[in-house]
Amino acid sequence: VVKTYVMVWVGLLALTAATVVSASLELGRLSIYTCIAIAAVKSTLVLLFFMHLRYEKRLIFKLLIPIALATLAIFIALTFTDIATR
Amino acid sequence: VESPVDTSKARIGIWLFILSEILLFGGLFLLYSAYRYKHAADFESASDALSLFDGTLNTAILITSSLMVALAVHFLRMERKRLVVLFLVFTMALAAAFLVIKGFEWTEKFERGLYPGSPELLARPPGVILYFGLYFIMTGLHALHVFVGLCIFAVVIFMTRTGRIAASRPAVLENCGLYWHLVDIIWIFLYPLFYLIA
Repeated sequence: VVKTYVMVWVGLLALTAATVVSASLELGRLSIYTCIAIAAVKSTLVLLFFMHLRYEKRLIFKLLIPIALATLAIFIALTFTDIATR
Repeated sequence: VESPVDTSKARIGIWLFILSEILLFGGLFLLYSAYRYKHAADFESASDALSLFDGTLNTAILITSSLMVALAVHFLRMERKRLVVLFLVFTMALAAAFLVIKGFEWTEKFERGLYPGSPELLARPPGVILYFGLYFIMTGLHALHVFVGLCIFAVVIFMTRTGRIAASRPAVLENCGLYWHLVDIIWIFLYPLFYLIA
């Protein structure tokens, strides 16, 4: 278990380095999506391993993050249909 | 390793709290994306004022502190009480280091006249004013969470030493750990959105 945790930690640090490098590459509009994608991967690692979601068996624990993401997706979609079409 | 006692009901409680926290910060992230959409160029130029080095260092510090908490929870299950306390002390030291670096960053901004409502800032374009407003609110609210975590872990260390947290009663440490990982995740998103857009 300790080994898994340390490997996740190394992965998180490596992804942090990757995001710094990707931000310096002048990717233009693509840059923001790369940063968000890397942040999403890092969060997934933390959720699955450090927060033990990988090992939770009850259904409610599998629904938590999809519920949060769906709610935020609705907020974002509705807001941007407004501001992007003004 | 499975916990020797069933703490899943306590975990459902803290996870509901975590969901409410995600929505709290989610609202701020939504505000950020709406304003950034409208003022993309201003956000990029404003971001130059931030220290990439400090932001990256703080990211590494919080990620490492998350590892320390995860190890503390693990060693509680192994009934290695002294290691639990040791890793929680490491966590507190890293949380304190995060706040000290944040403090230096904010002080440096204030000295350059960059704080909400300052004459220096109000003379800048609207997108820059919005960027710094969001920067202080979002990193400030996050820093408040780090400070609360620091206080909580002081109590958790005390409870571990007195035996009120033990392998047979792990719920409090587990839940404080989950809270701390959430604080880490929020920073994982704050970091690229404020520091990496130059």
